[in-house]
Amino acid sequence: MRTTTAPAIFEERKNQIHRKGEQRFDIDCNRDSLAGAVSQRACVFCGSRVVLYPIADALHLVHGPIGCAAYTWDIRGALSSGPDLHRLSFSTDLQEMDIVFGGEKKLYGALTELIDRYGPKAAFVYSTCIVGLIGDDLEGVCRRVSGEKGIPVLPVQSEGFKGNKREGYHAACKAMFRLMGTGDTSGIAPLSLNVLGDFNLAGELWIIRDYFARMGIQTVANITGDGRVTDIQKAHGASLNVVQCSGSTMELAKMMKESFGTPFLRVSYFGVDDMAESLYSIARFFSARDPEIMARTEKLVREELSILYPKLQKYKKELTGKKAAIYVGGAFKAFSLVKAFRLIGMRVVLVGSQTGTEEDYRELYDITDEGTIIVDDSNPLELSAFLKEKDVDIFVGGVKERPIAYKLGVGFCDHNHERKTPLAGFQGMLNFAEEVYSSVMSPVWRFTPRKKARG
Amino acid sequence: MEHPTYISTTNACKLCKPLGACLAFRGIEGSMPLLHGSQGCATYMRRYIISHFREPMDIASSSLGEKHAVYGGGPNLKQGIENIISKFGAQFIGIATTCLTETIGDDVPMIVNEFRRETKRREGVNLPFMVTVSTPSYSGTHIEGFHAATKAIVDQISAVGETMDLTNVLPGFVSPADIRHLKEILYDFSLPAVVLPDYSDTLDGPAQKDYEKIPSGGTAIEDIKNMGRARATIEFGRTLSREISAGQLLSERFDVPLHHLGIPIGIRETDAFFQTLEQLAGSSTPEKYKAERGRLVDAYIDSHKYLFGKRAVIYGEEDLVVGLTSFLAEMGVKPVLCASGGKSGRFAPAIQGAVAEISTETPVTMEAVDFYQIEEIIEDLSPDLMIGTSKGYQIAKRMDIPLIRTGFPIHDRFGGQRMLHVGYRGTQNLLDLIVNTVIQRNQTDSPVGYAYM
Repeated sequence: MRTTTAPAIFEERKNQIHRKGEQRFDIDCNRDSLAGAVSQRACVFCGSRVVLYPIADALHLVHGPIGCAAYTWDIRGALSSGPDLHRLSFSTDLQEMDIVFGGEKKLYGALTELIDRYGPKAAFVYSTCIVGLIGDDLEGVCRRVSGEKGIPVLPVQSEGFKGNKREGYHAACKAMFRLMGTGDTSGIAPLSLNVLGDFNLAGELWIIRDYFARMGIQTVANITGDGRVTDIQKAHGASLNVVQCSGSTMELAKMMKESFGTPFLRVSYFGVDDMAESLYSIARFFSARDPEIMARTEKLVREELSILYPKLQKYKKELTGKKAAIYVGGAFKAFSLVKAFRLIGMRVVLVGSQTGTEEDYRELYDITDEGTIIVDDSNPLELSAFLKEKDVDIFVGGVKERPIAYKLGVGFCDHNHERKTPLAGFQGMLNFAEEVYSSVMSPVWRFTPRKKARG
Repeated sequence: MEHPTYISTTNACKLCKPLGACLAFRGIEGSMPLLHGSQGCATYMRRYIISHFREPMDIASSSLGEKHAVYGGGPNLKQGIENIISKFGAQFIGIATTCLTETIGDDVPMIVNEFRRETKRREGVNLPFMVTVSTPSYSGTHIEGFHAATKAIVDQISAVGETMDLTNVLPGFVSPADIRHLKEILYDFSLPAVVLPDYSDTLDGPAQKDYEKIPSGGTAIEDIKNMGRARATIEFGRTLSREISAGQLLSERFDVPLHHLGIPIGIRETDAFFQTLEQLAGSSTPEKYKAERGRLVDAYIDSHKYLFGKRAVIYGEEDLVVGLTSFLAEMGVKPVLCASGGKSGRFAPAIQGAVAEISTETPVTMEAVDFYQIEEIIEDLSPDLMIGTSKGYQIAKRMDIPLIRTGFPIHDRFGGQRMLHVGYRGTQNLLDLIVNTVIQRNQTDSPVGYAYM
């Protein structure tokens, strides 16, 4: 084995790691990733791509060399109840000559060809690193094609190097915002909302929409899980925006508030506490218009909990005292996960995110136990060192975190794009507990070097 | 037969060039691949590779931002190298460019030389070997990137010297299991050999007590140095051009004789490989492999009726498709379409060569195609089987064609890294897989519920 005695923490990153209880809370974040540190972050393009991807009846054309499109082909389990154009991967596959002479002609050709072939309701054209450099007039080409084909064709300014994932979220929000205010809002009920920041992974959105329906609320637009262009076009007709996944769509909620006066609420559908509180806060919002709504909501929560709680007890009994680590894209999910683990008797000893803000980390600080490590924009060296130090039983993350856990003989729960089981809503909490249980309680760990060494 | 071509690409049957370079660099001992570009490239490729190998795959990035695109990425590249040395203790850093840094015109070899000069003045720093390769994503596929990196490693590390008893083996992009098997064969022939690259351990390693900063295994630097002194080079890849062949470089610069073979899949290509080994070792094939060959021929006979006349679509990387086609032709399977996203210009003649002597018809051969085109063509071909990467699954599902997953990536099945394709044993493995797929289909399609098939 190759060993170096160097500690796992980069000097430059020291202030991006906080150990609760050892010092006053203070953490650096929203910085550029450190060169050579193997950040788990992606790029601006990635941020835009993940947000817009689930809009199922739009064409998503990546203007750039093949990689950017190839690595994002059918990458998320964002389900659609109808069209699934989003699951195809479209690229202009720029070649050397396009770089030299410009890619506008190819972009125009590709766009018209694909629009003719699929008849999408709108097209998103993603800019990549190279397009930002060669200076193709994306806006101009999109305007021209939009005029010719009679559908919205929206440039997404997602050049990879122009920031991190967060800027990509903003670029996506800006592109979507251009659709809003253009659709017919007749027939939208007074009790209506848009769902922002749920991507319908494994059908999670459908669970949430069912809750809203039972509360008597009409869902106008899903942004963007199971998303439809015409829904987004009339989203400004809804009375409320409920925003999950803080980083990705908050910008859009703010733009909508400013332009259309649509108020927004921050919500989370993960874990029992946050799920219930989210429904209650929405009910409170509408209670002046419908005094009965709170009663309906309470009934809903009661019904769901009466099914969920007895089933959870079995898992709680076995899992109590076990330790968990969390490393996710956005910090908002981490808040709910900390509480969800507490509900099944587990302690979170490490929590971090790729793109959290200082506000996010302060909230994590407030809700975690003494000794918890809080980390921003981490990397495999740090994460593996923390997993070992804290002797973690399960690590929650995405595909890139999985081999770190498994190599060390630590359990894992995928809470990212690839999950096939819904983890949102009350049912999702049970699925989550089940998944944690099935990894933590597996007999395989007894054979791993880590456990054997302990004897 | 003319097929329509398109301006746009839909569901590419290829990946970008730097990904291949990173895979090759992962096969060097003590190595860290470093992409000079924006952070996303490294992260996307890691994710893609991890989903196949189910192993850690660290790729460092120089993490360029907007100002670097304007003023040049040199300082970030140097900082990245510095951090890799101090934190990972890398003894080798493979630096590949991306479309971003190629376009802003960073002179990577010069930046790395500057780094060398600046660092040498400081005490206590052991400089790792640093190899640079130009891999703009807008030119060529991951396979060209893989070969370009392999060639760059040889170009920048191998040295001249007295000839020694060493055989270079350049297998191309095969699986970790394939590399392990090749090493076993070379060992059994008592042939001292260096396999480049060798990610048989680094991308298929054991569970660990401690997280290895850099996974153990890989081709040793000392061995790479000696490649210029080898007695011979064996290089696989029927579509490999002179320009990107590391074997060609070894031949031209160091006069190491080159044995250019196809990936040894099927009896004829594997025979050619073993004949070359016999010649180099001056001994006959060990009994173990004669027995494997015998069992394989026996299996060909036992299974021939299941496969004869079956129509197969074979797609993926050009050299692997050529190897698979050669094998399938031996079984009496009719390759009706051989397709690749690659564009070597050598694919069609290589496929013709693979089926010559055996098949009466030459399969439709298409290079530089995407899955949209593949599906369009398949409509008219009514194939019985599809053989290729997992990316053909959606077509297979829509058209209800059994899919046999081979090569890279396999994102929807377990054990892609342990998939054995090469040698008599690898062919046997493929044969069992393919025959059982056909049998299963026959059994499922029959209303009888046959218990004997």
